[in-house]
Amino acid sequence: MSEGTGISRRQFMKTSALAGGGLLLACHIPFGSRNATAAGETVFAPNAFLRIGTDESVTVIVNKSEMGQGVYTSLPMLLAEELCCDWQKVRFQPSPVAPEYNHAQFGPIMVTGGSTSVRSEWERLSLAGAAAREMLVAAAAGRWKVDPAACRAENGIVLGPGGKQLSFGKLAASAAKLPVPREPRLKSGARKLLGKPLHRLDSPAKINGSAIFGIDVAVPGMLVAVIARPPVFGGRAKSFDASGALAVPGVRQALAVDAGVAVVADGFWPAMKGREKLQIVWEEPEESKISTSAMRRDYARLAATPGLTARKDGDAPAVLATAKKRFEAEYEVPYLAHAPMEPLNCFVDLKADSCLIRTGSQFQTVDRNAAARVAGLKPEQVTLETTFLGGGFGRRACTGSDFVIEAVQVAKAIKLPVKVIRTREDDMRAGYYRPMWYDRVSACLDEKGMPLAWHHCIVGQSIIAGTPFESAMVKDGIDDTSVEGAANTPYEIPNLQVELHSPKNAVPVLWWRSVGHSHTAFVMECFLDELAHAAGIDPFQYRRRLLAKHPRTLKVLETVAEKAGWGKPLPKGHGRGIAVHESFGSFVAQVAEVSIDKKGALKIHRVVCAIDCGRIVNPDTIKAQMESGITFGLSAALFGAITLKNGRVEQGNFHDYQLMRMQGMPRVEAYIIDSSEHPGGVGEPGVPPIAPALANALFVATGARVRSLPITAEKILAALGKG
Amino acid sequence: MLIFHVNGKERRVDVTPDTPLLWVLREKLGLAGSKFGCGEGLCGACTVHVDGQPLRSCVTPVGDVRGKKVMTIEGIPENHPVKKAWLAQEVSQCGYCQPGQIMSAVALLKKKPKPNDADIDRAMSGNLCRCGTYGRIRRAIHAAGAGASTKGGKKP
Repeated sequence: MSEGTGISRRQFMKTSALAGGGLLLACHIPFGSRNATAAGETVFAPNAFLRIGTDESVTVIVNKSEMGQGVYTSLPMLLAEELCCDWQKVRFQPSPVAPEYNHAQFGPIMVTGGSTSVRSEWERLSLAGAAAREMLVAAAAGRWKVDPAACRAENGIVLGPGGKQLSFGKLAASAAKLPVPREPRLKSGARKLLGKPLHRLDSPAKINGSAIFGIDVAVPGMLVAVIARPPVFGGRAKSFDASGALAVPGVRQALAVDAGVAVVADGFWPAMKGREKLQIVWEEPEESKISTSAMRRDYARLAATPGLTARKDGDAPAVLATAKKRFEAEYEVPYLAHAPMEPLNCFVDLKADSCLIRTGSQFQTVDRNAAARVAGLKPEQVTLETTFLGGGFGRRACTGSDFVIEAVQVAKAIKLPVKVIRTREDDMRAGYYRPMWYDRVSACLDEKGMPLAWHHCIVGQSIIAGTPFESAMVKDGIDDTSVEGAANTPYEIPNLQVELHSPKNAVPVLWWRSVGHSHTAFVMECFLDELAHAAGIDPFQYRRRLLAKHPRTLKVLETVAEKAGWGKPLPKGHGRGIAVHESFGSFVAQVAEVSIDKKGALKIHRVVCAIDCGRIVNPDTIKAQMESGITFGLSAALFGAITLKNGRVEQGNFHDYQLMRMQGMPRVEAYIIDSSEHPGGVGEPGVPPIAPALANALFVATGARVRSLPITAEKILAALGKG
Repeated sequence: MLIFHVNGKERRVDVTPDTPLLWVLREKLGLAGSKFGCGEGLCGACTVHVDGQPLRSCVTPVGDVRGKKVMTIEGIPENHPVKKAWLAQEVSQCGYCQPGQIMSAVALLKKKPKPNDADIDRAMSGNLCRCGTYGRIRRAIHAAGAGASTKGGKKP
């Protein structure tokens, strides 16, 4: 059995046996069930993850949120492989919030994050499929009065001696009467589904407009609310005059909630017009009136002072103190908004003793419990139905449950079903950003030019401190998500020291696709590149030497170099840069090819990517996630920055918080290493290497070393002395 | 009362004429396939056709489409070459922007049945995709233009 899923077979069987006792059959069919078949009666529900109907339909219940990463296909593939069903009959259905759907590794919560869906569910779903297959085979054998060992399942049919055949649908009712096997055996032999580029099950609904996202939820009599929010974090409405708002036709009510002042109306547009007419006196705490320019100066000062030690090998400060030549650099990255295409929103129908929530959440248990607290109900009185997510990137796994809490507060006040919608500006200005980071690194080289000492000081807010997860995730003052990718670098450096400062301020911060790796990879891979160039050694070969004991990292590095034609001639003015990074159990290397135009703007011609994510479920999904991570990382590398002035967020929409567009998008090639290793993640690991690959390529192309993101034309020209 | 046509049917709505077409489609006509992304015509998620031209419905007052013919994603036939190409190239990830992407692509191909990369850049750069499906969108448009996407793509 594969290691690391954190749930024993015995535990699993206990859970599934409980769930199979008709319990789930009687439970509410979740929203989104139209994606599942409705034609056949479900007669076989052997565990929490599977329903087989008399119409041969196989419905896999998915406990992970579909936000683009393909879990509504990859998780059904895991179960279907072992079930030996007909893939054409497989449907998906989002799971309700219940203990049997909790994360297999993260404790008692239902959550989608950390690029863990496939790797954490592999064993559980495989066993769920295997158990059901054994029951179907036993049912057929019983009917034919033959030894089950003489029967086998294939493509949705049980085959018996003498050409006997019975379909799963016909066997379902009798299989349901059999005991759930305690020790189901995983099948041996060739895999039918895993490793194949199967089409996504959710694609048809996503191209005809029928897929329901949170913002699409509508019930008769539902009202729509928008919230006027304070200009600074921590601000609140001291008083407000709603008479103008209430005069707008269609506006029903204006009321104060923690997030600001909500305007409730018959639809989005009257709510918006009403909001414009609100007269609000805001209270702005002094400590909220911060500016990122001043923060940057504070961070730079902190970076020069000792922090908490996250890693210490040898004695880097002492070696550096006596070094003949020291290399020093400061790297910095700004706050970033997740900016999912679907702005945050939440539907709530709150009654005296129940609460129905429909939203695109990655953090169902946390959001449900927060809703219960606000509503004054018990968690089990709150039903949270997960819709499709129009992008998540971590934003919809909010430690503060902000978008759910504000909607429940509105619902509590108006006592009618309501959907709170954030405008793009609301979404972008209301916080929960990737933290701003400032890194100071110094290093010296040995006689061969390889790093002898590396001293790295990281400054930035902890995304975990102050949340309910602090006690579990912050150890001795070190939030691992602040230093991941730096403190655990695979590079062999005899004297390595990584320190951390975690200043606090009013800006809400959160995990953002690839979390700490989104900044540490930039620093590690760029500064290492600087050292390679200083040593006069090819950056690819330099990395190879430092990774001799890390075969998987080495393999992706060598693969990407080969596929990109590393070392081969390029057009004049072009340069290639390379970066490699391990995150979320996977290894990714990328090569970017760039040039600059006359105005100094970076032009990206090609990105080549290699990933080793261990055993594969759906190779096309993996490639799509590499393309996706690269595009997400390019937006950050070229454009992304949330800045504050006097506490106010200076960006609001896609004109001043730009994303990659079709024009400017380079050709991307992704290669997957054939691997039988334990599965790794794919949703996030594509992001970290792209910014450093780009910056390293820029240096080769132009000689400009830009150490701060985003890499703008101004910074490039300044680095070239032409600014 | 405002009268216009949506996906071939006459519709009458009682709203103020400044209401953006997007919210009339979504909230009054139950056509939620057109999406809200920015409210400023910056992301293209709300793209519909008005008298055959692609338009950002989030910044189009419904009063402006009085008597006109509106086509939304719900009006594109299931067997349309663009939809088939989208499936064959497995374009969608989160899927939120895809109705708008498809409406822009359909409009492009109507005007230019075999667009080149520069045509695609021009026609599609107003449609943001946070998931990064641009490469696949480009391939799907080329495939739809070449009429080569009708086989349904790879199968196990």
